[in-house]
Amino acid sequence: MNAFLKPVLGALALGLSAAAMAQNVTISVASFPDLDRGIKLAIPLYKKLHPNVEIKLTSLAYADHHTAMTTALATGANLPDVMAVDMGFIGKFAESGGMEDLAKAPYNALQYRDKVARFTYPLAMSGQGVMVGMPVDIGPGALFYRKDLLDKAGVSEADLTKSWESYVESGKKLKAATGAWLLASAVDIKDIYIRSDLKDGEGVYFDKSGKPTIDNARFRKAFELAKAARDAGIDGKIGAWSNEWSEGFKRDKIASQMMGAWLAGHLNNWLAPESKGKWRSAQLPGGAFGSWGGSFYGVPKKAQNKAAAWDFIKFLTTTKEMQIEAFRGFDAFPSLIEAQNDAFIDQPIEYLGGQKARQQWKVAAGKIAAMDVDKFDPVAAEVVNAELENVLEKNKDIKAALADAQAAVAKRVRR
Amino acid sequence: MHARATPNQPADVATAAQPPRRAPAARVRRQWLSRRWAPYVFISPFFILFAVFGLFPLLFSIYLSFHRWDPAEGLAAMRFVAFENYLYVLQDDDWFRHSIFNTLWLALVSGLPQHLVALPLAFFFHSALGRWRNAVVGVYFLPFITSTVAISLVFSTLFSRDFGMVNVMLTAMHQVPVLGWLFPSTNIDWSQPGYTKWMIAFVVWWRYVGWNAVLYLSAMQTIPRDLYEAATIDGAKPWQQFRHITLPLLKPMIFFAVTLTIIGNLQLFEEPFILTGGTGGIGQAGKTAAMHMYGTAFVDGDFGTASAIAWLLFLLIGAATWANNRLLGKRD
Repeated sequence: MNAFLKPVLGALALGLSAAAMAQNVTISVASFPDLDRGIKLAIPLYKKLHPNVEIKLTSLAYADHHTAMTTALATGANLPDVMAVDMGFIGKFAESGGMEDLAKAPYNALQYRDKVARFTYPLAMSGQGVMVGMPVDIGPGALFYRKDLLDKAGVSEADLTKSWESYVESGKKLKAATGAWLLASAVDIKDIYIRSDLKDGEGVYFDKSGKPTIDNARFRKAFELAKAARDAGIDGKIGAWSNEWSEGFKRDKIASQMMGAWLAGHLNNWLAPESKGKWRSAQLPGGAFGSWGGSFYGVPKKAQNKAAAWDFIKFLTTTKEMQIEAFRGFDAFPSLIEAQNDAFIDQPIEYLGGQKARQQWKVAAGKIAAMDVDKFDPVAAEVVNAELENVLEKNKDIKAALADAQAAVAKRVRR
Repeated sequence: MHARATPNQPADVATAAQPPRRAPAARVRRQWLSRRWAPYVFISPFFILFAVFGLFPLLFSIYLSFHRWDPAEGLAAMRFVAFENYLYVLQDDDWFRHSIFNTLWLALVSGLPQHLVALPLAFFFHSALGRWRNAVVGVYFLPFITSTVAISLVFSTLFSRDFGMVNVMLTAMHQVPVLGWLFPSTNIDWSQPGYTKWMIAFVVWWRYVGWNAVLYLSAMQTIPRDLYEAATIDGAKPWQQFRHITLPLLKPMIFFAVTLTIIGNLQLFEEPFILTGGTGGIGQAGKTAAMHMYGTAFVDGDFGTASAIAWLLFLLIGAATWANNRLLGKRD
């Protein structure tokens, strides 16, 4: 009887949920700026298709949002139907067990896998293959540089990007000719290098079994390059988002910055609006490809309106029109490949001297390795940065520093 | 029985005179608001709020410190580990030791000058300033009531390496003929480990020196004038008066102010957190124990260990306060 009843009940349940869809539903969305601009753009478009669905957006500052969501998951209360998760937190949330597994029915999100940037899916998955978020935008990495300063020093874009060694050499020439630093902080080089050589499925700091893999050739080379840059005096020892950083751009003291493609918007809007037309974008040096940020939307297990929430997430992430809307609206680089092919990609960017940089970023997006994230990545990053500082400032031996970092991370994660 | 003694007695008598069927309702009402219970009812809001927001978190954090728990995994993921968190923090957590060192360093370097400056300052306010006293005291007190975030943001701009006022001033002083060698010729990078703690200590000192001066001033105002007059007649100089009258009579207030400084400085969080951008700075040079606790909880997602750190910090503060009590709190 059970075997007979199940499909009937199932059909009934489906019918009921369809009926629920037809009734008025209010779904709550929790997001953070600027990602919430995508929701604001989506609401009127979605309402046209589904007039019976109300969307309530709650937006908190980046850090507050993730703290609030962590607390909500801890207590199982006040959870939204649709939750935004940034790349920096997706590893933690993926292993939390508090989110719906979108890979399973009724979501079956794996069917969209080929339609979105290939590196995004593994990010949203835990070690056990539980998928907690659909990618909504991505941040392909780029090397932004000041063409006017480089020209003055007789350095070409090819010199910058050919290899890391030539990048450092160019920095010396630039420093001699203009007095400007090639990059804000030598730490940037390490951050990119440790990610650039990865194969699909490899983690930055940990292997599949969760053991730290810091004491290896990849990190050694990264540390050596950073040290070479510091010794050459081509970095400003300036942390990103500090006062010196923004002033450094305004006063022509920093000639290049490696970051997500979205930096172009920040440069244009507030960091260095006066340098319009002087900046260009290039691929990262040494054939590296990396991603900076990127956002996901997931459904908590305790959400009230899962069906409606999933429908809205699908609208945000897999609808070409919506993805293009966000791309054009506030330059959120689409995760959906279909949307990456929109004509908007060929438009010249005035701030970058009319360069069609989005084409370049699209190429980068296709080449970023599908790396594995671990919930202890932030812990490992903190330890590695502390050791790198010892190397750069106190001349600590690189081999010893990496061995210490490896031991410290293993001790800290206590697995 | 109690109700009988209330001023409502005439009404009671009147009720008693009424037909008996109305009596039960009146009796119920009287029991509800009887004098025995009314005070507890009226005071209960505080206790309810305290239990929910004070007592429960306190007890829960003790409970939590014996568990491993990542809050993102929900309440069910709590795992009992007995004293493992405490042992881990004490034996293996290098940054805990480092942060305790930083905390003690900052407590001392920012705390001691606070009192060494505030005492004479208060004496100056007390003896030298006439009707301007309140205005001047107010100016010194202002940093204490200003938002820490605003203060820290302003100071991080002032201490900016390339464009900050502090470096401009210091390098300008280098040009001064005789004293020039005392000052640096190039800009100081205040974010470097050797300088971070000094910068934080300065900001903390600047913020609380006025508060301590106000405490001392208020205590000085309670010292009877005739003591000073008698001392003057006996030929005591101002310094002798300060040394032999003011200082001994201020001892209780010194004890109180130092206790507040110990507790406040060992829990130091906001100033170093904002001045170092939340990271503790290069090489964790400005990471205090409270920041380490916050990071363990909210960055590493390890609330059990963070609770253990909190209780170890509590023990440290308790010990320091006790030592201070032995040192300054004794009655002569």
